[in-house]
Order: sequence, then C-alpha cells, then structure tokens
Amino acid sequence: MVESKIRVLVAKPGLDGHDRGAKVIARAFRDAGFEVIYTGLRQTPEQIVAAAIQEDVDVVAISLLSGAHNTLMPKIVNLLKEKGAGDKLVIGGGVIPDDDIPGLKAAGIAEVFTPGTPTSVPIEFIKANVKK
Amino acid sequence: MAIARLITKAENEDPEATIALRQLYPKTGRAFLVGITGPPGSGKSTLTDKLVKELRKRNKTVGVIAVDPSSPFTGGAILGDRIRMSDLALDEGVFIRSMGTRGSLGGLSQASHAAIKILDAAGFDYILIETVGVGQSEIDIVKTADTTVVVTVPGLGDDIQAIKAGIMEIGDIFVVNKADRDGADRVVIELSQMLELNQNMGEWFPPILKTVASRNEGIIQLVEKIDAHKDFLNSSGELIIRRKERISNEIFNLILKRVSVEIMRKLAEDNWENELAEILEKRKNPYDVIDRVIKELLQ
Ligand SMILES: Nc1nc2c(ncn2[C@@H]2O[C@H](COP(=O)(O)OP(=O)(O)O)[C@@H](O)[C@H]2O)c(=O)[nH]1
Ligand SMILES: [Mg+2]
Repeated sequence: MVESKIRVLVAKPGLDGHDRGAKVIARAFRDAGFEVIYTGLRQTPEQIVAAAIQEDVDVVAISLLSGAHNTLMPKIVNLLKEKGAGDKLVIGGGVIPDDDIPGLKAAGIAEVFTPGTPTSVPIEFIKANVKK
Repeated sequence: MAIARLITKAENEDPEATIALRQLYPKTGRAFLVGITGPPGSGKSTLTDKLVKELRKRNKTVGVIAVDPSSPFTGGAILGDRIRMSDLALDEGVFIRSMGTRGSLGGLSQASHAAIKILDAAGFDYILIETVGVGQSEIDIVKTADTTVVVTVPGLGDDIQAIKAGIMEIGDIFVVNKADRDGADRVVIELSQMLELNQNMGEWFPPILKTVASRNEGIIQLVEKIDAHKDFLNSSGELIIRRKERISNEIFNLILKRVSVEIMRKLAEDNWENELAEILEKRKNPYDVIDRVIKELLQ
C-alpha cells in the first residue's frame, strides 16, 4: 500500500461572484501535498455533496463570503449525513462573525477559519484530524 | 463496495482493491472507452461536459475520469476539471472522478486503469478519459482508450509542430476546438495535410471536426464520429486487436511492478550497501552484479 493522499474538496457555494480566497487556499493545500478538487463558483449544497461523494474526499472545505454561512454550511453537513458520508471532515472559511462560530460548530462544522488566518493553520488542522 | 471508495483504495494500492478488481474483471469490457487529450486550456473539460450531455440525451450512462498532473515536488494537485462539469453533478447516470497523475510517468497511473475497470464493471456505457496531452501521456491514452480524440485550438503557434511530432499517429478523431477564434480553418488544413503525409494510416481516415465547446457547437457531429469509429472498430476486428494490446501492456506493467518490488527487497537483503561501495571502488564490476542478480532471480 502507498501512503494515502489527503483529498480535499474546496467548495464555493453561495452567490458571491469571486473565488480569490478559494483559489489561494486550493494552492496552499496543493503545496501541502493534498489533492484538491475544486468545483468552481456558485455550487449548490446538493452539487457539493454529490461531488464530495464521487470524489471520495476526506475533507470538504467550504469557502463563503456571501453571509449565508448559517444556512449553507449546516445544510452541507446534513446532506452529507443523509447520504451516508457523515464521516467527512467539514471545515469552513470566510468572513464569518465570531458570534456565529459556536452555532456552526454545533451544527457539525469541525472548525471555522476567519480572514487573516495563515494557511498553515487549516493545513495542520486537516493533517491532525483526517482519519487515515 | 461503493465505486467511489473502491477507486480510492485502488489509488492507495490497498490490497482490498486488488481482491475487488479480480472479482470485477469478468464484468468488464462492455463500456466503450474514449480518450480526450490535448494541451492545457484547449477546452477538453468543456468538451467532455458537452459530450456527456449529448450521450445522456441518447440514454447512455457515462463515467468520466479526469486526470490532471500532480506536483512532482509535493505530490499535491489541483484537480479543476469539475468546474466545467458542475451541471452533471446531480445526474445519477453520470459518475465523475478527478485523479492526479501521482508520479506516474505516462500520465495515466495504474490507478486510472483500475478506475476504468471499476466504472466499466459498474455498467457505464461510455467512459470518457480526459488527460493533458504533454509528451508521453498521449501515448498512454492510446494504449488505454478505444477511440482517442485529440483536441487542438487555433493560435497555438509552434505547438502544432509538437502535435505533429507526438500525436498525429494516435488520433482517431481530431477536434479543432475554439473554432470561434481566428485561424481554425488554417489549423484544419494543416492537420489534414499532416494526416495525408502519415504513411501508416489504416482503413480509418481520422476526421477533423471544428467545435465551439463553450457554445455546444459541433458536439452532435463529434458524438456521431465517435460512434462511427466505434462501429469501425467492431466491424474491422480492430477493437479486439486494440484491447488485446492494452491488456498485454497492463499485465506486463503489473508484472514489472511486482517483480521490481521483489528485486528491491532482495537487494536490500543482499548486503546491497556494501556491494555498491565495492562497485564504486572498482573492486566489483556492475555488469557482473547485474548478471548475478538476474540469474538468481530467474531461478
Ligand atoms: N472561445 C472559446 N473558449 C472555450 C471553448 N471551449 C472552452 N473554452 C474555454 O477555455 C477555457 C479552458 O477550458 P477547459 O475545458 O477547462 O480546458 P482544458 O484545460 O483543456 O480542460 C475555459 O475558460 C473555457 O470556457 C470554445 O470553444 N471557445
Ligand atoms: Mg480540463
């Protein structure tokens, strides 16, 4: 057996039209040795979950700027559970007020990274928390 | 085991995958394999997306394997082909898997061959395999696919020379995508002149099609040519020849891989470090060592 690679889906749900942050994190993940599946802008939670399952990723990293995090992030977690893929690590990033973070964590988002967090932080978090 | 997880196990060379593949083998061979290769940015993923949609209209199920290069330094990869295929995510008759080359020299890793078998055994009618056409990977794709579609675009300049050198022989169908741009007709003429020069042309003369994948133009014609080539392969007996060659290659590579693991293990046991030192000091001749190792191995 070879060392298994960590596969991460970088998902960009919501309606906001730019993905600079998602691309920066995708490149940082690649440089950390992860295989990053990037699905592009404006994905619905259903599309994200279907892709996560077919790609059999270990991690779903949701990048959000639009402010819809309180609905979209938990929705993705719930859909994953419904489809029997509740074992995937779900993390979130973007402009998310501190007050919302406890609620997101209670909804099953393992960790939330706000702007200004060095990319090494989510990378280390993934390495520490993916069950291999 | 679910398709997605099984492909992961094959990628990680998990022994469970070998067991599963052994069981799946009798169910393979039904799917028609179409390779789509060409330079980065030529529109392969966009074309794949549109091809899938046209095949779905014809009630065919489709598996897609999209291979992108892994970084040779970190082993990581950004696999972005799904960006062009997001409408397909919710279609139950479509399965898309992105794969990194993971250090395989030829662009298609052993795991991609395994993934093809897994999708084939799962019953998909067509399997589309997208690979970036740089150097050796084009050769790989032709060893793997039943029909190889070579994609090019206007404005590549001297790259057409590279195409000439590498892939004129392997294309069953040539696509000049981005035909909305200037120069598409010139590329068609250049390609057809090159094809006419090609001596080892068999009974199938590769057609050259213009497409505008982003506007879904030329896609029906492309599907028709793929099916025409499929019919040709069947009626001429060429399909059997190609598949025989493919399985021969695959078996050979798998044997080679297992044997090379054995050799490394044996050398490690055989006091290899000391032997290397002796070779460097000219107290032993490497050619003698090679002869000895092979002799012992074949016993
Ligand atoms: N003008 C034009 N652009 C296209 C066409 N087909 C694809 N593209 C664009 O070319 C870019 C690269 O396409 P993609 O399918 O990702 O190429 P790949 O790297 O070969 O898979 C994207 O921005 C597409 O929208 C086309 O026929 N005409
Ligand atoms: Mg592509």
